[in-house]
Amino acid sequence: MNTARIHPGVWLLLAAALWVALALASLCTGPLRIAPGTVIDALLNHDPTIAEHVVVTTTRLSRLVIATLVGAALAVAGALMQAMTRNPLASPGLFGVNAGAVLAIVLVTLYVALPPTALITGAAFGGAALAGTAVHLLGNARHAGPTRLVLAGAATTALCVAITQAILVVDQESLDNILFWLAGSTAARDMREVLGLAPVLCLGLLGAMLLAPHLDVLAAGDQVAAGLGQRMGRIKAATGLAVVCLAGAAVSMAGSIGFVGLIVPHLARRLVSPRHGWLLPACALFGAVLLVAADVLARATGGTQELPIGVLTTAVGVPVFIVMLRRGRHGRG
Amino acid sequence: MAGADMIRPSRAWRFGAFSRRPPGPALGRLAVLIGLLLVVAVLSLCAGQHWLSPAEVLRALTGQGRESDALVINLLRLPRVVLALLAGGALGVAGLLLQTLVRNPLASPDLLGVGPGAAAAAVLFLAYGAGVVSPGWLPVAAIAGALSCGAAVYALAWKGGVTPLRLVLTGVAVASLASAVTTFVLVRGPANATLSAYVWLTGSVFGATWTDIARLAAWLAPLGIGMALLARHAAIAGLGDELAQGLGQRVEAMRALLLTLAVAMAGAAVSCTGPLAFTGLIAPHLARRLIGHSFGVAAWASAAIGGLLVMVADLSGRVLFAPRDLPAGIFVAALGAAFFVQLMIRARHRAD
Repeated sequence: MNTARIHPGVWLLLAAALWVALALASLCTGPLRIAPGTVIDALLNHDPTIAEHVVVTTTRLSRLVIATLVGAALAVAGALMQAMTRNPLASPGLFGVNAGAVLAIVLVTLYVALPPTALITGAAFGGAALAGTAVHLLGNARHAGPTRLVLAGAATTALCVAITQAILVVDQESLDNILFWLAGSTAARDMREVLGLAPVLCLGLLGAMLLAPHLDVLAAGDQVAAGLGQRMGRIKAATGLAVVCLAGAAVSMAGSIGFVGLIVPHLARRLVSPRHGWLLPACALFGAVLLVAADVLARATGGTQELPIGVLTTAVGVPVFIVMLRRGRHGRG
Repeated sequence: MAGADMIRPSRAWRFGAFSRRPPGPALGRLAVLIGLLLVVAVLSLCAGQHWLSPAEVLRALTGQGRESDALVINLLRLPRVVLALLAGGALGVAGLLLQTLVRNPLASPDLLGVGPGAAAAAVLFLAYGAGVVSPGWLPVAAIAGALSCGAAVYALAWKGGVTPLRLVLTGVAVASLASAVTTFVLVRGPANATLSAYVWLTGSVFGATWTDIARLAAWLAPLGIGMALLARHAAIAGLGDELAQGLGQRVEAMRALLLTLAVAMAGAAVSCTGPLAFTGLIAPHLARRLIGHSFGVAAWASAAIGGLLVMVADLSGRVLFAPRDLPAGIFVAALGAAFFVQLMIRARHRAD
């Protein structure tokens, strides 16, 4: 109750401050420990002859950027999906959007030798859009409760995963290359690829912000929204497009990372505000903080062989989800 | 159809306290299904590296044919067919039972973490246990994983009772956790285990032995008998909690019992073949469409269709890409995809 009195802006500032601290920690940790002073030096007066400076601005910075962007994108995508379906369990991970993108990427990498980044990204968008549409069509029967949509998501995810697995069994050579990436990882990505994807992702974020006031109206229910003169079809289509942009870009950057899109919007709604004007930026910041923290943790605990970050977010996300479930209202259905 | 059934005065054969409804069209369809099953079984015995005619198969089975044929049939082909039948049948029945209990046609044994739990345990075993104990223990590890995941889902969903909705949601969560464990082991575990784990994860009846079959049959026999005894209760449970309570059922206890049955059945099947994803989802659907909602007959039909699915998948894996022998799971997944598209089209029609 007390938390409700803190102004939403304060939360945003707090989250931003936390992100800065974690970002610094992220640049310092790794197989080679680098002092915070050196990190700041590397960023401000970069000297390419010093090895540590190069490490900071190449591998570590790209990881930080990926973790930040992917976390923000997945969290906002989750919030958008929850608003669009009015289902508190909607998220790119549970609703098969991530798995669809992964399947599409695996297909492309198998059948096109050395595919250009643009093709991989395009495939990810296509897969995300297809899987999302499938879940929507399967799950949205009239009078259907949240169970049907969740099951449709689970079934679609299972289908995509089964097909992905089958492909990898048939074509065993690519298995090793793709496996780590399947688990969701921020490692070993080229900065140029990341920067190529960033515009799409930022466009998705921007679109989400523009949609925020409409989503508030949508949350009141289809009939109210229609009564208030909202063009629901267009708003929903635009929201879907934003989700595809965000989730597709996130998956092609870092593979499938679960539970960020589910947990973060709930947390943000409870702490900050249910109004999308505040909620979406809060989701973006919280998501970025969560993923950067997970990334630091994965590196700090893993030693030379690091933990795939997707495994870490699931390990943290599932207990939170179950607690949410046991407390929440949907238990009584 | 169902409406007409209800209006018609119920004819029944009565023998004192027992009564039975006379067989309707459903039984005829079931008979056709079983006939189809036999045809496919014979076909899978004939097909392979070299083709044997049905007559040769028959002679080999009765011990009158050439010795080499008898060897191929008894040692290689027949165990695969029998295992496919048993595993597919068990998955089909377990799927029907779960869909009835959760009252949702999209539920499947994997929902209670059976597939993912077995997979996680099996992958852990392949990565860290295979060198220590005999690989024959793999099914035991898998079934332990399936059962403990099922138990975890049930325990976590318990809050003065279990509602189908909470069961579904908890199931999804626990399944993701189990998949995360699988991924983790695949990434971090010894590299040579990764490939065999991946093949196992797809599910296949390749390399089935009579010991596997005996073990699976020993598991399934008591479960099948329990299932047959409880079929009526399962049908009642499918009517919904309030109605079931009104009919005098102890709802929570019966649900726990039936869930245990379903998980144990699916777990036993999965432990021998790997998670043949979607068998437990598709078979009950087709069975219900063919038979209607009478639970007892639908359970037989679902078992037959499950067996049929896995057998056809295995046959396709052997024949279509010969000489490669692809895991049956691949074809089950492909069938799943086709089924899904069709399900979506139907859902669309209903929404319009």
